[in-house]
Amino acid sequence: MTRYIIRRILQALPLLFIISVVLFVLMQNMGDPLATMGGRKVTRKADRIRLARQLGLDKPVAVQYLYWLIGNDWAKTDMDGDGVAETPGVRKGVLRGDWGISLVNRQKVTKVIGERLSNTLLLMLTAEALIIALAMVIGIYSSVHQYSAVDNIITTVTFILYSMPVFFFALLSMYIFSVNFKRWGLPYLPTVGMFEPKAGQTFGQLIWHMVLPVATLSFGFIAGYSRYIRSTMLEALGQDYVRTAKAKGLPKPEVVYIHALKNASLPIVTIIALDLPFLLGGAIVTERIFGWPGMGRLFLDHVARSDTPVVMGILMMIATAVIVFQIIADITYAWLDPRIRYQ
Amino acid sequence: MTDILVPQPKSSAVVSLTPDELETPPLTIGQLTWRRFRRHKMAIFGAVTLFLIVLYAFGGMLVFSEADANFNDTGLRLQAPSQKHPFGTDTIGRDILVRTIYGGQISIIIGLTAMLVEIVVGVTFGALAGYFGGLLDSLLMRLTEAVLVIPQIFLLLVMAKYFAQDIPNMQFLGRTFSGSVLVIIFVIGITSWPYLARIVRAQFLSVKENDFILAARATGASTFDIIFRHILPNSIAPIIVAATLSVAAAITLEAYISFLGLGVRPPTATWGNMLEGAYNYIESAWWLWFFPGVLIAVTVLSINFLGDGLRDALDPHSRAV
Repeated sequence: MTRYIIRRILQALPLLFIISVVLFVLMQNMGDPLATMGGRKVTRKADRIRLARQLGLDKPVAVQYLYWLIGNDWAKTDMDGDGVAETPGVRKGVLRGDWGISLVNRQKVTKVIGERLSNTLLLMLTAEALIIALAMVIGIYSSVHQYSAVDNIITTVTFILYSMPVFFFALLSMYIFSVNFKRWGLPYLPTVGMFEPKAGQTFGQLIWHMVLPVATLSFGFIAGYSRYIRSTMLEALGQDYVRTAKAKGLPKPEVVYIHALKNASLPIVTIIALDLPFLLGGAIVTERIFGWPGMGRLFLDHVARSDTPVVMGILMMIATAVIVFQIIADITYAWLDPRIRYQ
Repeated sequence: MTDILVPQPKSSAVVSLTPDELETPPLTIGQLTWRRFRRHKMAIFGAVTLFLIVLYAFGGMLVFSEADANFNDTGLRLQAPSQKHPFGTDTIGRDILVRTIYGGQISIIIGLTAMLVEIVVGVTFGALAGYFGGLLDSLLMRLTEAVLVIPQIFLLLVMAKYFAQDIPNMQFLGRTFSGSVLVIIFVIGITSWPYLARIVRAQFLSVKENDFILAARATGASTFDIIFRHILPNSIAPIIVAATLSVAAAITLEAYISFLGLGVRPPTATWGNMLEGAYNYIESAWWLWFFPGVLIAVTVLSINFLGDGLRDALDPHSRAV
């Protein structure tokens, strides 16, 4: 198993390398980062040239990538523009843990991302817990009561929710639960941000502000997973060992939860692990609509300003997360199902 | 299906049925598929709804001209739905009903053409990887993994920004389109193919082991013929299903990137870019986002129902007739 994990990690490295090259090249042609630096315009030509030189933006893409990857403290740069390289670089490069500084606010990339990451994780983990809990309940219920009226309703509603675009759900729920509830004098949900400025940063405020974003982030996954759990449960419930368990006279809950669910949950665990990083994709739209200060919005803001270091940092972090969760999915699968062996 | 009366064997003699003894001739695959599809109520519902939406978007052209869709009168901005403007007007006074008609055309066209781009790339890569195997397979599959590792929406935003630098408007069929339509089609197609490539590859891996492929090779069929005339037609069912569903995915993705402000530029309307900025008017003007949003949601839902029905109907293992 250890050898398998090591091999998987070694296979992932070239993959990450290729991704980083492609993304880096894509990032180069996205507009002039100097045009919007620090929110002010750098208008004088001499200033522009000097800034570009300082930031290494005048170098060819290949050199810029090399500096990003392994740093430039081994090379000298020409800071004053007299054609002689004299100032040694200070960047250490991604491979040595230096992700560079943001071109927008001159802060360390790790700091910029770190500040936002916790907000996104808070949203994501709450959503994930809700997704798993609700999808399990709905999926198991409709598989045990297959073709009942409730099951038919659940199947139809989950299909509709599964097809519904995230923004439409978000706008509709905002319109119903904030705008109209406010109009009708009911307690209404907030639509923007994490806290009410007047009420201060309390825990209650946070929960209250999280209701709509978490619902938006999770509804599609709940619908998808409950359909999936229903089908794997139905498959497990049709197996011979379930019939045997019933014939032995075991109580129904034991048959459903211990015999069937345990085996049905195998593929579910894998799907959840594989999808977890992709919740971030949904977070872009959700965070934008609800003004949630997370990574999705950070990404949008910094793509708009062609901030290569921050965008690269976010994308490489997600890519790594996806690969790590793929490996975790494989390992848990083998751990849960002893029939599976990795060579 | 009508029952076929099979005479019960009286002795151990083998009973053989000649075609004359069958009451109905055997059904072709197409007929079988249609019979199974017909029984899928939701799929029929999806197909009919989809037909109505296409009729709305393309038939509406005969009633309203494109000039109506782009005609703006700031004096009439943000008007609630009324007799004159059944869906209301937007922030610069354009009629939303007419814009959903013309926007629908673009959204549907983007969905279909992005699907075509996806099919061309996905089938080619999947077929090459599955048929030839070896080094080519590993190379193409690593490429597929590389694309799959970044969530599609992130990749779309980066690529949309990359390719959307100062694209001029185009003239086509006497109408002016924003050049960003082409960019969006290309970008969605180029980021959506990996799933399809994997499906096609898996199909090729299993179909190429069949004896009829061996027979085709023995009779001297060229590699091109084996791939496109022997294996591909036998792998078509999952490709059709994936292609159908990917039209819905492409329409949603277009809406996402337009919603986030990196999609199709004005003057061309799409259901997606009609939503852009609409959440700023969530309290004051619900009609801004409601009508295009409902159209997107209903279209995507119908296509998904259709795809679901096709999946069941095209499944050769399905016994239901």
